[in-house]
Amino acid sequence: MEYLRLIGIIIIILGFAFKLDTIAVVVAAALATGLVSGMSISHVLTIIGKGFMDNRMVSLFFLTLPMIGVVESHGMKQAAVNGISKIKNLSAGKIFNLYLAIREITDAFGIALSGQVQFIRPLINPMAQAAASVKHPLTEKQVDLIKARAAATDNFGNFFAQNLFIASSGVLLMASTMKSLGHNVSTTSIVLYSIPVAVITFVIVGYYNIRFDKKFDIDK
Amino acid sequence: MNANNILEIFYVLMGIIMIFASIESFRDKDNSARIGTGLFWLILGLIFAIGRYLPNLVIGLLIIFIGILSLMKQIKVGKLKEVNKELAEKSAKKLGGWLFFPSIILAVLSILISEFTKLGGQVGIGIASVVALIVAMILSKADAKTTYHDSERMVRSVGTAGILPQLLATLGVIFTASGVGDITAKTISGIFPVGNHLLGVVLYCVAMVIFTMIMGNAFAAFAVITAGIGVPFIVAQGGNAAVVAAIGMTSGYCGTLMTPMAANFNSLPVALMEMKDNLGVIKQQVPIALSLLVIQIILMYFLAF
Repeated sequence: MEYLRLIGIIIIILGFAFKLDTIAVVVAAALATGLVSGMSISHVLTIIGKGFMDNRMVSLFFLTLPMIGVVESHGMKQAAVNGISKIKNLSAGKIFNLYLAIREITDAFGIALSGQVQFIRPLINPMAQAAASVKHPLTEKQVDLIKARAAATDNFGNFFAQNLFIASSGVLLMASTMKSLGHNVSTTSIVLYSIPVAVITFVIVGYYNIRFDKKFDIDK
Repeated sequence: MNANNILEIFYVLMGIIMIFASIESFRDKDNSARIGTGLFWLILGLIFAIGRYLPNLVIGLLIIFIGILSLMKQIKVGKLKEVNKELAEKSAKKLGGWLFFPSIILAVLSILISEFTKLGGQVGIGIASVVALIVAMILSKADAKTTYHDSERMVRSVGTAGILPQLLATLGVIFTASGVGDITAKTISGIFPVGNHLLGVVLYCVAMVIFTMIMGNAFAAFAVITAGIGVPFIVAQGGNAAVVAAIGMTSGYCGTLMTPMAANFNSLPVALMEMKDNLGVIKQQVPIALSLLVIQIILMYFLAF
């Protein structure tokens, strides 16, 4: 039964979907796949060990952590907050777009901001609410919409620009997976082909956010 | 000395940083799982520092042991030494934008080394990380002790999530060795013909979205779907592997935008800002996610072939 070999895929899908312990799920999927394919236990363990050693490059981003720790303990996040809070006289949509630009650029340099916690809740959401309520006070529903759009903007910027950084775990995972599957690709070429999507995301989300302002511009 | 030997030096450095995290995890009296957590970082540290001298069978056994530790809930972040807010505030005023300088050095230098030397991308990241750290230490006048604590704090805060990408890549190796890709390809090609470029691209991108939505994790979907669909249906047909990887992964992110399974991104803000609508963030993201998916399918089709 060669279809039994797909058991690893099933374990991964169900394990993640049911929120089981992720590390244990991946290890179990690797073991199960090897065993049902007729390998001996020691052979499976050897392949797992070799696979882990051959893919050490995926974890190279650990090397960047000491530097990030040093600038963080010396106020990098505070400096970013100080910079953003200087923004004045912009509409809600424009505040979102400026934040989107900052998020994409910092992502490209591997500067990981914990956006939702550090910027969206304490900074971008109140700034956008203040800007949108200049003409009319906000309804409860509108407040909820602004919060949602602020959070969404952080996700857009974060997701679609993170692969512009050569030492990001995503880029390293892609290069290493492709190598495991028999196709060598360089990390720089992955970064290169991640540029179009980052730019397009900025353009269409930018337009989406500008249109957002119209929701607060209607004369009652 | 070739690039691979230089890379080994950086793996040893990584192992040392992980051993720092291990020492501090063992010392963390407030962590109910301090022994397990300390062991977790110690094992990883040893694998990176001296793993090349160990038989692969032993490495495999250690990975299984980590899996068991994690299953038993014996790996926890624990209590991290918090950043001194007052000091950080003061230093932020003094250094301002210069605090971003080391990150810029890291990104630019690693690209330059990768493009203009024979050392390759990985060694580039290694050298650039060390240079950027030295620059950060000079800028902030951080001493060895501060740097040690900053390093162990960052590594510990990453936790088991930090090792997940490497484990997923390892799973890819097992899948290849067991012929999983060939079987899925054979199964799917019973329904969809292999060889139609556009169909292959649509199939791969849409599968990335759906599986990411089910699993809540694009990295996990990438390991599975690229082996099963991406490589046989696109790369094996002459598609550019870098294009397939880059755009395939971001197609998966479109799935992340639309699923409550990705709680970190879609539910955390709802809780943080006390929103009324539980699905509010997702609703704002769906139009962009679907537009980007269509755009990415078109992009992949034209860039890959």
